[in-house]
Formats: sequence, C-alpha cells, structure tokens
Amino acid sequence: MSTPTTIPIERPTSLPGGRLWRRHRDALSSLAVAGPALLFLLVFYLIPVVMLLAQSVEGEALVHYRKALTDGLYVRVLLDTLLIAAWVSLLCLVLAYPVAYTLSILPPTWSAVGIAFILLPFWTSVLVRTYGWMVLLGRNGLINRMLTDLGWIDAPLPLLNNMIGVLIGMTHVLLPYMVFPLYAVMRRIDPNLLAAARGLGASGWHVFLRVYLPLTLPGVLAGTTLVFVLAIGFFITPALLGGGKVHMMAVLIEQQVRMFLNWGFAAALSAVLLGATLLTYVGLRRLLRGNMQWS
Amino acid sequence: MELKAARERIGRRRWRPWHFVLFAFTALVLLFLMAPLVVVFPISLSSSSYLQFPPPGWSLRWYQQFFNDSTWIDATVRSIKVAAATTVLATVMGTALSFSLVRGRYPGKEFFNQVSMMPLIIPTIIYSIAVYGWFGQLKLIGLWQGIVLGHTVLAIPYVVIIMAAALRTFDIAQEHAAMSLGASRARAIWYVTLPQIRPSLISAAFLAFISSFDELVVAMFLGGSNMTLPKKMFDNIINEIDPTIAAVSVMQVVLVTVVLIVVSKLGSGAVPAER
Repeated sequence: MSTPTTIPIERPTSLPGGRLWRRHRDALSSLAVAGPALLFLLVFYLIPVVMLLAQSVEGEALVHYRKALTDGLYVRVLLDTLLIAAWVSLLCLVLAYPVAYTLSILPPTWSAVGIAFILLPFWTSVLVRTYGWMVLLGRNGLINRMLTDLGWIDAPLPLLNNMIGVLIGMTHVLLPYMVFPLYAVMRRIDPNLLAAARGLGASGWHVFLRVYLPLTLPGVLAGTTLVFVLAIGFFITPALLGGGKVHMMAVLIEQQVRMFLNWGFAAALSAVLLGATLLTYVGLRRLLRGNMQWS
Repeated sequence: MELKAARERIGRRRWRPWHFVLFAFTALVLLFLMAPLVVVFPISLSSSSYLQFPPPGWSLRWYQQFFNDSTWIDATVRSIKVAAATTVLATVMGTALSFSLVRGRYPGKEFFNQVSMMPLIIPTIIYSIAVYGWFGQLKLIGLWQGIVLGHTVLAIPYVVIIMAAALRTFDIAQEHAAMSLGASRARAIWYVTLPQIRPSLISAAFLAFISSFDELVVAMFLGGSNMTLPKKMFDNIINEIDPTIAAVSVMQVVLVTVVLIVVSKLGSGAVPAER
C-alpha cells in the first residue's frame, strides 16, 4: 500500500475547492502567513494614523493648516526644524565620511574595534546619552570645568539649553546612522578601480574626486536622507538639551496635545511633518533608482 | 572573492602620513561617541547630590537609592515585562511576514512591504499621538498591554529587515530536500530552516527587545501613571538632576556591553553594516 503522505506536494484534487486551492495555493498560504502581522499593523498602525490625519481637516476651510503654514510663529518652528536637520546631516556627513573610510581600509581586527565603539553608543538608550551630554556640557560640567582650570575661559561657556547643545546631542545620536551606510558602500568598492585611475596618471586628489566620491555617492545619499528624516522627527534631545529655547516640530506637536488638547492643530502639524518626511524619503528613492542600481 | 584578494594586496601597502591624520581624526570622533557614556561612571559614584567635577568624594549611595526606591524598581520591572512581550509578538509576527514577503508571489506584496517599513520612517511623535487618541477610545491608556501593542508596531520593521535578509540568502533547496523526504512544509521550516537562520532570529529578537526597552515617547503617552523606565528617567532628568540617573545609566551601559558581546557570539546582522 502506497503512502501518499510521502509526496506532500501532491494533494487530492477531489477536495471541495481543490482546484482553486491548487492553482493559488502558494499565493493564498503566503498571504495567510503574512495575515497576523498585516492585520496587526492595520488595526494598531494604519487606522490610528489615518484617524489622526483626518482630524487635521476638521473645521472650516482648513483652518488648522492655514494656522500651521501662515502663522509666523509656527512657520519659524518648521523652518528651524528643517534647518537643524540640515545642519545635523551636514555635521554627521563631515564626521562620518573619514571615519567610515578609515574603518574600510583598516585591517579587520582594528575595524572591528572601531565598529564596536560605534555600536556601543548606538545601542545605548538616547536618554542615557543625553544625560551624559548634560554632565559634559553643563555650567559645572566637565568641559567648562576643564577650560576654566586651564585658564582658557573666565566664565562658563553656554553649551547647554541652546542650539549648540541640541546640535551636539543630535549629531551624537545620529552619527552611526551615517557611518553604517557609508561603511557598507566603501567596503564594496573595488580597490583595483582606484589603482587603475592612479595607473592612468590621476593625482590622489583627482582619484578621490572623480572615482572614489562618485562611487560612494549612494552611501552619502542614503546616510544623509536617513539622518535628515530621523532628525526632523526628533523629540528627546531637543526637549532635554534645548532648555525650552530650541523649538522643533515634535516638541510643538507634543505640547499641542498634552497641554492644549488641540488635536486638530496637532494633526495638521503632524501632516506637515509627515509630508516633509515622505518628500525626503521618496526623493531619495527616485535619486538612487535613477542614478545607480543600489538598494 | 576578487575583491578580497585585491583588498589583501592593498592591505599590505605602506601607510602614508595623511593616513595618520585620518586615524587621529577617527580616534577623536570615536572619543566624541564614547564620551557621554564614560562620563556617567564617575558621576554615579559621586558622594555629592549636585553635578560636580571632580566629585568631592566617592560613594555607592545612588545605586542604593535605585534599589531602595520602589518606583525605580517598579518602572524597571514594567519595562522588562513590556519589552519581553513585545519581543515575542514582534518576532513571531515579523518572521512570518518575512517568509511571506520573501517567498510569496501575490499582488500587493510591494505595498505590504512598504506598510511594514512605515513605522521606521514616520516620526514616532506622530504615531504616538495617533495611537494615544485611538487607545483613548479603546480604553487602553494606562495599561502595560497597550504599551506592548504600540511597541510591537515599532519593532516589526526591525524584525522584518533582519529576517528577510536572512531568508533571501537561505538556500531553499534544503527545505525542499526535507520535504521530499517526507516532512511537511511546517516541519521542514521548523526543523531545517529556522535552526539555520537562528543567528538572525537572535539578532532580530534582541533588536525588538532593546527598541522597546529604550522607547520613551509612545510609552509616555500610553503609560498614564504607569511609568516605564525611560519615562522615569526622563522625569528624573527634567525635574532634578539627581545622580540616581547616573547609576541607572551606568547599569544600562554595562548591560548593553554584555548583551552586545553575547549577541556577537550567537547572532548576526545586529551590525547594520553587515547587511
């Protein structure tokens, strides 16, 4: 007697609906496996976000959007947010590019050590790191203390509760997000290409500008976009290191809900922030797909 | 392979002076990254209640304060509980979703892929107030289970990124071999596929755990008076700078170091650069 179970691919076709099942079995079972997660994301992610955004158009003639996009105070917060995000992206790029390059040319043991020093802060809570910066940058903090003891300054420098503190704190949190994509791209660059350029007579500077930099461009774009997108939504660092003087969208949205219960306006601000985020994200995907095959 | 050979050849090159400028710059950046983590160690051992450098004396009082204060302990226990539940939910659902996204062939797959990545891209503050409004209607505010649901949404993308990458490199012929020998698909996946991608599974679970354990904004809105550890830390930092937070910070830095070492032994893919 043969045992049909030894060939599980075959199924009796006489089952009710067997034909449909057989033709679409793979698609249907794949969908069924994805089901729980997709249902979960629908109920606990898509529905609340759509419901929030729906509240932004309540009231007459888009009153919340008019306020968010024409009132000088709120326009400034939006511009400040974009400006801070741009500065942080630039700072991260300037710091991360040489670091990623160094890691990509070091012998494996040393680059592993370097990566460990980036991963440790990366995995440490943002709160711990922000508190660390308060200890370093405060009036009686380590940096001011050292500079005073050295006699370089008479009064403590204002490093905390202002833009400087926010930029330092945000750059610190977001730097690894820039290093990793750059490092991933740089590691895959064939050194023969650089050797070839040199062999054809290009100077070191030329090799960098004309060969190396273009090859790393996908990493630069990916890292910059990631940092920019994360920066415009930042909450913890500006809330703690800004001392109420640095206004960013996320802090403003939180205040509108927690203090003023102004849901409609908070929703409009969210939509504006979301729009800026998605524009950046979609822009990058376009740019990358158009320029080079990189994903 | 050729790349590797070329790199080895280049690796034997002579270092030039500008390389050392580069190394010094890198060392400074790494110092910048480590500085705020290191500086909490002396503060946590200070005998002073004020932030002061150098500490006037040494003591363990801030560690005692943490362990003797039930609000700190409650918050820590609650955070561990939330993170553990999040890890289970996100890893199970996220792994199943990854199987479907990598292997399935059905219309709308690309859209589902985008949806599962959305929580990574959309700012957390937007999701926080959205889910705060929604859970307000569902009467889920102030329950730790509510925080678990929010954190699971945020953790699913991490699990999907790691597990999808692992499944793409896994040779499906092994699973087919098991099935041709009589195993059902479920048995083949359980006994053949999953054990082989276990390092990625560990990394994914670790990511899910830590993303929940460190998460502040969603927990702040959904927790009500039931504080998680990050919320308690946030309040402590904002209200009075009392070095208990330094002791908590030191313990977290030590914990992350230990876990990173363990995961680098057992897991893979926790290093984004290794994608």
